[in-house]
Amino acid sequence: MLRLPRFEYAAPHSVTQAVAYLRDGAGEAVLVAGGTDLYPNMKRGLVEPRLLIGLSAIPELKGLTQGASGELVIGACATLSEVARDARVRAGYRALALAAHSVSTPTLRNMGTLGGNLCLDTRCNYFNQSYQWRQSIGFCMKKDGDICLVAPSSPRCWAISSCDTAPALIALGASARLAGPRGERVIPVESLYRDDGIDYLTKQADEILVQIVVPPRPDWCSTYWKLRRRGSFDFPILGVAAALQSDSNGFVREARIVLGAVAAHPLTLPDAAELLVGKALSEEVIAGAAELAYRVAKPADNSDLTLGYRKRMVRVYLERALRELAALDRDSALRDETGAA
Amino acid sequence: MDQHHGGFRFVGKAWTKVDGPAKGRGETRYADDLRLPRMLYGKLLRATCPHAMIRRIDVSPALAIPGVVAAITAADLPAVRYGIMPSSQDEEALCSRKVRYVGDPVAAVAALDEETTEAACKAIAVEYEPLKPVMSIEEAVAETSVRIQEYGDGPLSNVHKNVSLEFGDLERGFAEAEHIREDLFFFQGNTHLPMEEHCAVAHYDAAGRLTLWSSTQTPHYVHRALAKALGLPESRVRVIAAPVGGAFGGKCDPFSHEVCAARLAIITGRPVKITLTREEVFLAHRGRHPALIRLKIGVRRDGSITACHFKVYLDGGAYGSYGIASTYYTGALQPITYKLPAYKFEAARFWTNKPPCGPKRGHGTPQPRFAIEAQLDKLAEDLGLDPVAIRLKNATAPFTKTVNHLRITSNGLRECIERVAAASGFTQKHKRLGPGRGVGLAASAYMCGAGLPIYWNDMPHSAVQLHVDRSGAVALHCGAIDIGQGSDSVLAGLTAEVLGIDPQEIRLVTADTDLTPVDLGSYSSRVTFMAGNAAVQAARRMRELLVNAVARHLEVRRDHLVVGDHRLYDRENPVHGISFTEAIALAETDFGVLTTVGSYWPPKLAGPYKGSGVGISPAYSFSACVAETAVDLETGVVRVERIWIAHDIGRAVNQTLTVGQVEGGVYMALGEVLMEEQVFRKGLHKIPSMLEYKSPTVLEMPPIETILVESEDPEGPFGAKEVGQGPLLPVIPAVVNAVYDATGVRFDEIPLSPDKVLAGLELKRRVASPRVGPQRAPEFAFRKPLRVDPPPRWGQPRPTAANDNDGASAALVENVHTGTVPNVQRPPSGLPLK
Repeated sequence: MLRLPRFEYAAPHSVTQAVAYLRDGAGEAVLVAGGTDLYPNMKRGLVEPRLLIGLSAIPELKGLTQGASGELVIGACATLSEVARDARVRAGYRALALAAHSVSTPTLRNMGTLGGNLCLDTRCNYFNQSYQWRQSIGFCMKKDGDICLVAPSSPRCWAISSCDTAPALIALGASARLAGPRGERVIPVESLYRDDGIDYLTKQADEILVQIVVPPRPDWCSTYWKLRRRGSFDFPILGVAAALQSDSNGFVREARIVLGAVAAHPLTLPDAAELLVGKALSEEVIAGAAELAYRVAKPADNSDLTLGYRKRMVRVYLERALRELAALDRDSALRDETGAA
Repeated sequence: MDQHHGGFRFVGKAWTKVDGPAKGRGETRYADDLRLPRMLYGKLLRATCPHAMIRRIDVSPALAIPGVVAAITAADLPAVRYGIMPSSQDEEALCSRKVRYVGDPVAAVAALDEETTEAACKAIAVEYEPLKPVMSIEEAVAETSVRIQEYGDGPLSNVHKNVSLEFGDLERGFAEAEHIREDLFFFQGNTHLPMEEHCAVAHYDAAGRLTLWSSTQTPHYVHRALAKALGLPESRVRVIAAPVGGAFGGKCDPFSHEVCAARLAIITGRPVKITLTREEVFLAHRGRHPALIRLKIGVRRDGSITACHFKVYLDGGAYGSYGIASTYYTGALQPITYKLPAYKFEAARFWTNKPPCGPKRGHGTPQPRFAIEAQLDKLAEDLGLDPVAIRLKNATAPFTKTVNHLRITSNGLRECIERVAAASGFTQKHKRLGPGRGVGLAASAYMCGAGLPIYWNDMPHSAVQLHVDRSGAVALHCGAIDIGQGSDSVLAGLTAEVLGIDPQEIRLVTADTDLTPVDLGSYSSRVTFMAGNAAVQAARRMRELLVNAVARHLEVRRDHLVVGDHRLYDRENPVHGISFTEAIALAETDFGVLTTVGSYWPPKLAGPYKGSGVGISPAYSFSACVAETAVDLETGVVRVERIWIAHDIGRAVNQTLTVGQVEGGVYMALGEVLMEEQVFRKGLHKIPSMLEYKSPTVLEMPPIETILVESEDPEGPFGAKEVGQGPLLPVIPAVVNAVYDATGVRFDEIPLSPDKVLAGLELKRRVASPRVGPQRAPEFAFRKPLRVDPPPRWGQPRPTAANDNDGASAALVENVHTGTVPNVQRPPSGLPLK
């Protein structure tokens, strides 16, 4: 089998200590939480760290707590299983519960963390391959080479943002707390990402994602729809997160729509969301928003199924997500059975 | 004789697999669990070009790495080629001159640990001179200058095998037809995906003997190939098949890593282990051939088939493997399922620069089964017939011969179709479930072991040695290897049934060429039938010894003795008896050491034409399946909601295992019809991982209702037939037909991926008879057909006696025997045996 290459491992007990290790590691250090994505990537030579800094022994990074203003504070090392089954998440942040529950398999969710999922490396079926495979086809710019095999004339990398939880958290208006040698900063989760398959995070190399803060959303409803071939295991080839705040008459006051796995970063769709505001969610309104989303999404040919299909599913999945939120969807009851359980 | 279930202690019932508890507890030692003292780890360096000449290989940088003990190329191996089929000896463990697919091995290293083997492989410098790759059937037909292999069947550069056979009067058959259809189909290639990656451990001992432990289905054939590839006498080579963690046909060939582990062990004087990575398993392949099919069937208005013309283009990959057999198999079994009065079969296997295709569960049969069952539904619709009716109209009958001279014995096909249709409510559901929902039906047949061995010989195909001693211990020695299908349990269960003990009490020594008599291997669904018959014969001979001794000591007539539950006793006076162990002591006293043997030769069934060796089998299993599907009309996602499947098993030796095999076959078929694709891009396997090569998870599995039909084959052990492969076959076309019922779109190509289904649904808005499938087949000159007359008395029912094979030798040859019993008599009456 593929072997994990040799590396040093540091197990700090505090964020401060971890930041110090990261600073000393000087570009050769990589953070690891659950390791469910990093270790397979290391086996394939996609990441070659000298030092791994394990975050699992840091108490401050664990668990979910209710903040003073009603916000939910989730430690970056809370496992995806914990997040998916947390009663507060399930009651108040359904999109997040569904997204966390949809990641990979039950066993990997028991290891994988929310922070790890947010920082998940971008994916591409020219990149997520063994060393020998990549050598055979010719290395790409994301590792060991200098061209993009998806779009050979492109100056940039088109690897796909493949985390499920980012679209959900962005739709829910969540923030990320980062700690580094210069202190802490809090940014919207949306600002954590950059539209670049290689340099996909705005987090500095010496910073650590420590917490995710989700504001109270008492009168919001939200959902997450994930396109993949199988009911488990697979990364998203499309994620649709939608969150709505409606008034008592069913008119939308505020809406957020975010797509995952159609670009190198989670794609926020303000125009489609804006279209919903001030209206009740009729089939026509929904179709209009879905049409906008369909036009914007431009998946590339580097994932499962054809790109044309994945683009077309943007419309269908956003319609289904919004119909579910508008209680128009005949399938939503069925979906509850298979959703966060 | 009592032949009913009630009369058996184990046969026909559900009981625990004999190797189940050890597997559940993690005690089973697979090849990769073996660690020998001073063992080295080996790894193959594989080609990075799909097609290239090797200019130069320099292993010296690898040898310079600390911890690297050896690095070899073709120059370090005898210059011989090997391969599973005698007529396709085209493989080298390491390529000497040329590489033919990305992944073709070019060098091998041995080092102190696995990490170092990876570094060593990276350090080896290989210079290639690229040649034009040929990556598809169309390219293979079009390419006139570049040759992948040095041999072939012509007329073009890249044709491995070109076959054409015609049985009966095809022209007349089509002339008599009242309706004819001709359709093109495409069946995408796919791979086996066993849980266990291939592994071999080699040890060359001080006495100059080589032992290889390997995860293989065919230790006997590996034994022969290894001796040839290494230039060693077979008597100095021992092959032990370790317990195999799934194979499905993917571990039937001799492999490069086996030869290289052995050669590295010889060179270094230390044991060497090579375990393939998952990616390498995809490259070792030998899986399902992609098949482009042109099918023409003529029928009368009542649905009865008058003629069938089946033409297939097979994408073979870069080497022969079982390809010649695969090529014949795509044509041979068609007349087993349906009566074909006239049948023409044309097949060509093409070389392409891809990992070689070979035998995967159903070997050569799923592709034609898909085409025929889909076309039969089209014919039924054209004629206004019901899918059940058209199948019953054409179903073969028991104890008949086919137009291509295959002998059918027991045959539960009709019952399979009727029962599966009734259980599923097919007729009430068909065309009535509303948009997006549908049911589909299909039927099939498969063989119970190949009638001929892979290399020509007249020796037994399976043999068993049975040894008992005064402790009461029973040891069974057999060359068969349990690959998860349950052959150990079958051998133990059959033996236990005859001897009146429990399967778990039998010690099994299997698949070790030093210790066990030859069994040809776990392929072609042969083990239950062939090794099972050998086990029953050995057990009956042992029982004779016990009965003779006990009769004498207890002064009971032999035919009054009953072999019961751990006891032999007088039927007239049941308290008058002794224990099984005491009986052994008496027999050992009378006869000395107690060893019996059983051997199985299949009957000589080959027909009077070249190519008739493929398809013959001592018996055939039959299956029918109904699938119920729901298609999401907006996304094209096909969900199989329920499967009903009936399988004519002859008799279930162990119901638990039989149902397990049926369900496993359904699972594998659903993967093939819905998602699995061995696809290539830019000369490489596109998705060689278990994450991206999509196969179903437990969440995609529908409830399965399995119906076992027991036709009691006259030659099977206790009437048993195969179940390892047959149940896969009808599932694929049943799903395709159900999707038509759900959508009104014909899918003449699989897998039914959601993008393909959605494209079909869109087509439906534009055209009246929407169809998704291949548009054309390339022009290719198939061989002039060999015309064969149907068998004499063809079409007439034949007597139901066993071994009626027109005068050929009997199935169970009783005159070869080296045990301690001078004569074998028929079992005394009153015993629950056939």
